[in-house]
Amino acid sequence: MMALRERALVSPQSVPSLPKHVRIQYDPVRQAFAVLSPEKVFWPNDISLDILRRCDGRSTVGHIIAGLAADYDAEQEAVAADVVAFLQEWSDKLLVKL
Amino acid sequence: MSEPLLPPIGMLAELTHRCPLQCPYCSNPLELLKANRELDTQTWLDLFSQAADLGILQVHLSGGEPTLRRDLEQLIAGLSARGVYTNLITAGVGIAEGRIEAFAEAGLDHLQLSFQGARPTTTDRIGNHKGGHEKKLETARRARKAGLPLTINAPIHRHNIEEVPEFIDLALSLGAERLEIANVQYAGWALTNRDQLMPERAAVDRQAEIVAAARERLTGIMNIDFVTPDYFAIYPKPCMGGWARDAFMVAPDGTVLPCHAAQTIPSLSFERFGPRSLAEIWTDSPAFNAFRGTDWMQQPCRSCERREIDWGGCRCQAMAIAGDAAATDPACAKSPIHARMAMLIDEAQRAAAVPSSDEQFVYRRIGVVTEPA
Repeated sequence: MMALRERALVSPQSVPSLPKHVRIQYDPVRQAFAVLSPEKVFWPNDISLDILRRCDGRSTVGHIIAGLAADYDAEQEAVAADVVAFLQEWSDKLLVKL
Repeated sequence: MSEPLLPPIGMLAELTHRCPLQCPYCSNPLELLKANRELDTQTWLDLFSQAADLGILQVHLSGGEPTLRRDLEQLIAGLSARGVYTNLITAGVGIAEGRIEAFAEAGLDHLQLSFQGARPTTTDRIGNHKGGHEKKLETARRARKAGLPLTINAPIHRHNIEEVPEFIDLALSLGAERLEIANVQYAGWALTNRDQLMPERAAVDRQAEIVAAARERLTGIMNIDFVTPDYFAIYPKPCMGGWARDAFMVAPDGTVLPCHAAQTIPSLSFERFGPRSLAEIWTDSPAFNAFRGTDWMQQPCRSCERREIDWGGCRCQAMAIAGDAAATDPACAKSPIHARMAMLIDEAQRAAAVPSSDEQFVYRRIGVVTEPA
């Protein structure tokens, strides 16, 4: 028997990555980035795409927030709430691994 | 057209109608094609290449049983080379040693494995294949070992609706990321066996509660997709996301269809890949344009605020029950013949009350099947 899985919760120490069944790909027909998953195709906006691209299995959530705040010239606290909510939602749908 | 024609996103490729199982609700047409009608490897590869050019991002490789195609590894590799996301939809019985690993190596992105029951006796009886359940468990283990993400697909009907909690446990124990609790849709073989398959209303209500609770409990652990039963619905499903709107399917002989059951609409004729390109068929085929957008709609669809949510529901269900493919899907509460759905449920319950009627499935079979040498 396998160990029972548990719901992962986002923390500043989490190191998010894309699971094997999810990938980001540029679609030349629609000239946009698509997120491909088993049954669905998502069309992330620029900010979502920026977050997902930083889910590289090396960067912590804290590091991702700091990077985005710098790039968008925004307050870390404001960015943090959005990033944590986004990653929790995507983790809950098993589209991001924490 | 009420909206511009967009490129398609998804394609279902029915590589073959051959299958070791005989499920009485198979979505394949009643007239199954033999192996000698199937497209050859190169034609499928050409078709996949045109599909990628056209904008297809996901291909579901299905059947029949797609692993009966000995060239499946090559077909997966062809799609993978074009960056197309590949999903293999398999019954998971009789897959030779080493092949699942070969599929993964060829670039397969995801595997969807059907279970006809959560209990071995149910799986074996519904698929009419002794020992099937055990083989499926083995396929799931091999898929996980090969690193493939896994969806368990459970087609639900009267004979397994009480096993829904066990399906959830089964999918969890196999390490699946996703479980589809998919109530049987009454087209193809399922329409023939409707009286044998239709669940009771009380069981449908219990199922909805069980699935809702499990989704809550398993948030972030396993996704559960719930395909609700049409006959018990208030609103119809946006079948295929709308007729020829962003997806299509290809039959084993290369016939390009807007959906599984489209050939049950007698006024339409369909074109084959080869004589015409995929782009020509997608854009110009009269069958694809017949129910595109909203211009074809009658009342109550035409003025309904949900017309671009439901897209009128299922054209084939409208054909089967209303006798008019352009009618509102009778699953919709606004359909003038919606009450017919409840009557059909009651009729099925009466038929089921007759002793031994359970065993009278018309099992899916190819007329005289000749397996390739």
